[in-house]
Order: sequence, then structure tokens, then C-alpha cells
Amino acid sequence: MIAELGHFALILAAMVAVVQAIVPMIGAHKGWDGWMAAAVPAATTQFFLTAFSFSALTYSFVVSDFSLRLVVENSHSLKPMLYKVSGVWGNHEGSMLLWVLILTLFGACAAWFGGNLPPSLKARVLAVQSSVAVAFFAFILLTSNPFLRMGIPPMDGQDLNPLLQDPGLAFHPPFLYLGYVGLSLTFSFAVAALIEGRVDAAWGGWVRPWTLAAWVFLTIGIALGSWWAYYELGWGGYWFWDPVENASFMPWLLAAALLHSAIVVEKRESLKSWTILLAILAFGFSLIGTFIVRSGVITSVHAFANDPERGVFILMILAVFTGGALTLFAARASAMQAKGVFGLVSRESALVANNVLLAVSCFVVFIGTIWPLVAELAFGRKLSVGAPFFDAAFTPFMVVLAIILPIGAILPWKRAKLNRAVKQVVPAAILAFLIAALAWTLQTEKTILAPVGLALGIWVVAGSALDLWSRCGRGDMASRLRRLTRLPRADYGKAVAHFGLGVTMIGISAMNAWQIEDIRVAQVGERFEVGAYEIELASVDQVQGPNYYSTMARMNAYRGDRLVAALTPEKRVYPVAKMPTTEADIDNGFLRDIYLVIGDAQDDGGWAVRTYIKPLANWIWAGAILMGVGGLLSLSDRRYRIAAGAAKAGGGGARPVAAE
Amino acid sequence: MKSLKKQRRIQVIIVAAIALALSTALIGYAMRDGINFFRSPSQVVAEPPTASEVFRIGGLVEDGTLVRGQGETVTFAVTDGGASVPVSYTGVLPDLFEEGQGMVGTGKYVNGTFVATEILAKHDETYMPKEVVDALKEQGVYQDPNETDS
Repeated sequence: MIAELGHFALILAAMVAVVQAIVPMIGAHKGWDGWMAAAVPAATTQFFLTAFSFSALTYSFVVSDFSLRLVVENSHSLKPMLYKVSGVWGNHEGSMLLWVLILTLFGACAAWFGGNLPPSLKARVLAVQSSVAVAFFAFILLTSNPFLRMGIPPMDGQDLNPLLQDPGLAFHPPFLYLGYVGLSLTFSFAVAALIEGRVDAAWGGWVRPWTLAAWVFLTIGIALGSWWAYYELGWGGYWFWDPVENASFMPWLLAAALLHSAIVVEKRESLKSWTILLAILAFGFSLIGTFIVRSGVITSVHAFANDPERGVFILMILAVFTGGALTLFAARASAMQAKGVFGLVSRESALVANNVLLAVSCFVVFIGTIWPLVAELAFGRKLSVGAPFFDAAFTPFMVVLAIILPIGAILPWKRAKLNRAVKQVVPAAILAFLIAALAWTLQTEKTILAPVGLALGIWVVAGSALDLWSRCGRGDMASRLRRLTRLPRADYGKAVAHFGLGVTMIGISAMNAWQIEDIRVAQVGERFEVGAYEIELASVDQVQGPNYYSTMARMNAYRGDRLVAALTPEKRVYPVAKMPTTEADIDNGFLRDIYLVIGDAQDDGGWAVRTYIKPLANWIWAGAILMGVGGLLSLSDRRYRIAAGAAKAGGGGARPVAAE
Repeated sequence: MKSLKKQRRIQVIIVAAIALALSTALIGYAMRDGINFFRSPSQVVAEPPTASEVFRIGGLVEDGTLVRGQGETVTFAVTDGGASVPVSYTGVLPDLFEEGQGMVGTGKYVNGTFVATEILAKHDETYMPKEVVDALKEQGVYQDPNETDS
């Protein structure tokens, strides 16, 4: 009964979405206030209906209603409650329902918090957002209905893939979707502005918080996924350049670019057409990502129920929305005359460079991702594009980005003097050089990679600190410190996010260059040396968990005679899903991780053991968290809380530029 | 004013064009080492690649060939029904690696043995890499897992 109500609510929501896509659009065109205003209650209704539908599915999972096919295939009565709930989106149908739920949530948020938008723009934004929703409602109802019943309900379910039974992965998809789908609202704003024929500073101000929110969620979602891959898969890697990973990384790169170019629109009324284009492309890449993940056209280690029919449907959605928006863009390009002029050396130029680099690196990732498909269709060759490709083609752009970031961030708007900015960041350069030199002399294996990566990271980190410091004027220490506490949160947000990027860079370079890997057969009681540590295989026992059996090793890591960590890596077998998993155990440290994996039993009574010492591993995710925190700080800035978008200061800039 | 704006726009376009050209060049350069061709065991036996080429091989783990528990190196044979190629791999195998199951390995073909640096197996019990499915179909031994699996 509950499931039928959920299904029914979903159909109703789809019908509301159709109305919301048409009525406000006509209203905005004709100037009828009533028709425009209809968008707000429609968006609210649409959201609550979808939320009800989602709750109905969640309820079916929670009470283990095995008359639903989806529950049978992805749940089990013995599964812990957290994974019963996360099982809702651990499969294709349920995750698509989550996808539209978030889509309607963003629509509803625009309706609720968009009070200061001009009525016609608001009506159009909500109508466009709703037309995207119509497409996805149709997709779910026609190809992926989550509410299908079983003819003969079985006694128990087939369990969720054990790899997915993990807290990291429980929250990975919701965050990722909040990011992916959040970009839909940016897209709606871009298309609405194109229909309206007006892109101004205020528009930049409205779009930026939504882009920022989507980017923050996407950052957290990607970081969670990479963290999960690191500790759950037992391969010791954190990023595999897998097509599905790239599918989330491409919108992230474009959202980061959009974030920066929207600032230029807001402050300086420049780069308008470029920003609109980015907004369209960013959501386009979200859709491409959905297509790659769901259609299975490109081989990936991520397995989703692959179905060509679904792939074609998503490809059609992609073609209609991106194609339509780009056509509109071409037709209306003239409406987007830039107002602000800027000098060759200026923050605008630096942000242009940022945008070009991010967009081009996204292009590189895109080519690498779809190349297997192109090669198969065009040349009939089966191939895969591996990490060496991305290392060689993607990294150079990130290096250049890191080099210009601290200087660009400190440049004033409009016109700047390069030597003055360079003088300000000299301390950061000196620090970066010193630490790189130190790393070079201390490292045992002479690789140039790590010191260079480290230097770049330090340069970005120190540069963002200097950026913040330079905003405090030129007075004495006390007055500067006083001003530091009163800086707008957006300034803190910027500095913290850039700081985080530097931290991630440091983590990646250190881990790539200095990690130690050891694979061997160890007897119980044996002690062996790995790097600066001694690892002991103390015992191996058979243990039973709530819904699995486990082979659990007790291992100790010593440094000299001191016990550093007692770890218990496991091999588990989930009998219901008939699936074994490897549970690595990791001792997380500030400067290094000790990462242990237990492998096969050997005929001579020993065990295969894999040990990694990973320097600065946690810095990778710590940096991502800092980036997210930076985004949130910026989002909580006073001007968004009090007068979002109301400051229509064209050309001038609402933020005091203390560095000038 | 107008001309400065125009000048700026032209400069931006030039920068973008340079970046695009540079990225294309880099992509071309990186493609030389970064792409791994996929070969089925039959293809490897028919035309053995040089020992320096890194490529991917895929097929089913042949029944009765998997030797694990003899030290850190695992050996088995991979087959597509037409031919089979011995594989050696040093490391801990993925969880779902079993005889009779699909696998894809990356590595080099040295002296008649595929020395794998990376082994991928399926992620869940119904998934099989697309290349493996195609290779098996070519040899006419493919069975749809949805029909044979419980």
C-alpha cells in the first residue's frame, strides 16, 4: 500500500512539474503576475510529493518489504539499519529517485529563498528547473520504476553489495548528487537569463551562492568517494582515473571555474557570455556523467545495472537540454555585452587564466574518458586510458594553476602592478623553496617530483595566508590583527579554500613519491621490516560478524621497541551476497598512514601480507575538507544572509578591496 | 574604450586557443604511454606483442590453473575459449577473483607469460567486464550470466 502511494505521489509530482514548466514560462512572457506566481506553490508541492515518494521507498527498505523487487535485490532483514536506509540509493532506481528529489529540492529552495529575484526571472528559473525535472520524472517512471512489486515475494532479500555497506559510501551518493544536481539550478539561471535577454551584476550575485553550494557538496562527495576507495578496496589507492570518477571530477572542475568567473560578472560585469556558457556546460557534464555511469558504454570498475535503453534516454535528455541551451546561447550572445574594462595585469586576467586552465584540464579529462569509446567506434580497437595519460596531460595544467594562484589572488581588480604583487608573495616563494630544498636533502630516494609538488603546495598554502594578511591594511601589528578579526567571511572563505587546495597538493605529491609498499608471505609470530617500522603478524583468527564471517589478523606495528599501532585487517565473506571483501586496517597519523591488508592463506601455514607506509595520506582529504569549509564560510558571508543579490552595485564592487 | 575591450577579447581568445592547442599536443604526447590496448588471449597467442608493451588482457580464469598460497606470486591461466595465456601476479588478488570468473589484467607479455601489474575482477556477482564479454562472444563461448546465475 505504502509503495503504491509512493508511486502515485511520484506520478502526481511529474504532473505538477509539467504544469510548473509551462504556466510560469507563459506568465513571464505575457507579463501575467498570477501565472508567474504559480511557480512557487508548484515547486513546493513538487518537492513534497517527491519527498513523500522517497520516504515511501525508504519505509519499504526499513521494514524490509520483500514484495518490492528493489528491496529484494538490495536489502536483507539482518542488515544494520544504516545500510537498510543507504540501500535505498545503493542501486540504480533508488538513486535516480534521490536524484530527482534533490532536483526538486533545489527548485523549492530557489522558490523559498529567491524572494528578491525579479518576478519574471524567478518564474523562468523555476520553469526551466521544472522542465529538467519533467525529463527525469519521465525517465524514472518509464524506464526505472523503483516501486515494482514481485509476483511471489521471497522470504528474505539478496543483500546489498557488501562493498557498499560502509559509512563512507552511505553518504557519498547524497553529497555527490547534491553537487551534480545543484548545478541544474545554475543551468536554470543561465537559461532563464538567456530567455530574459539580460545578464548583469545582480545575476552574477544570484548565481554564485548556488554554484558555491553545489561545488561544496561535490567537493565533499568526491572526497568521501576517494576516501572510501582508499580504505575499503584494499588497493591503497585513492584515485584511479576511472571513467565514473572522472564523471564526477569534470563537473567539479567546471563548477570551480564557474565559481570564479561568476565573481567577475558580479564585481565587474565582464566575462558574461563565458560564464553563461560555463553554467550550461557544467550541468551538461553532470548529465554526461550520469550517462557514463548508467549506460555502461565505457568499461568501469563501478558496476551499476547497465541498460542501453536507459543510456539512450539519458543521451536524449542531454541532447535536448544542452543542445537547446547552447542554441539559445548562440541566438542571444548579443545580449551579453561586457561592461567592465580591465588591464592586462589585473585580477580579471588572473581569473581568466584560472578559467582557461580549469576548462582545458576538464577537456583533457573528457578526452581521456571518452577515448576508449571513440577508438572502438572509429578504429575498432579496444583500449583503455590509464593513469599515465592523466599524469602526463592533466598535471601540467594544475602545476601552472598552482603557480599563478597566489599571485592572481592578491592582484587588485581592474589594473594592477605585477611587481608589487610579486613583492607581496616573496615570503611564500622563499618558504616553498626552503622546504623543497629540505625535502630534497632528507629524502632517501632522489625524486624531483616530490620536492616540486611540495614546493607548489607550500607556495599555495603560504600564498593564501599572505593574501589574508594583506587584506588587513598596512598599520602596525595590533591594528592589523584587529582588522583580521573583522574581515568579511568571503575573504576567509577564499583563503581557506585555497589553503585546502595547497594541502591536498602536498598530500598527493608526498604520497605518490614517498610511499613504501611491501608484499610478502609472513608466518604467524614473524616480524618484518617495512621502512622505518617493524610489522608483526601476531595471530590470525576466524570471527563471526552480524552478517558476515571474518578472517581477522592481529598485527602490530613497532618503531624500534615502541608499539605504534595494533591493527586488525580482515577478509570477510558475506554469505547472503556470496561475496568476499577485504577490509584493510589503517593507522591514521598526521605524517603517515600504516596500511595493512591480509591476503590468502599459504600452503605452508603463512599468510600473504601487504603493507603500505603512506606519507601525508590524510592531507589529501583534509585539504578537500578545508576546500569545503572555505566554500561554506564564503556562503555564510553577510551579504548573502542579509541582502542576497540586493546590492546591485554595477562595476563598483560590494567588497572593500583593502589591498589597494 | 571600445577598442580596449575588443583588444582584451581578442587576447582572451588567443590565450584560450593556445591553451587548447597545448592541451591537444599534450594529449597526443600522453596517449603514447597512457593508452593500453586490449587483447584477448587468442590475439596474444596469434600475434604476441613485444615484451615492452603494456597492454590489457581479459577473459575467464581457466578452471584448475589457479595456484595461490605458494608465496606472494599467484599464477593462473586466462582463457577466452580459443587460447589460454599463463599469467603471473605478485600481490593480493581482488576479492571476487575465482576460477571460471571474468578478469582483466594490465601488464606485459614476457617469454610466454603475462606478467600482470594490476588485476581487476568484477565488482559484484553479476558484472563482467565488457571486453571480456566481447572476447568470449568472439569465441562463441559466452553465456549470459542472467540466465546461468542463480
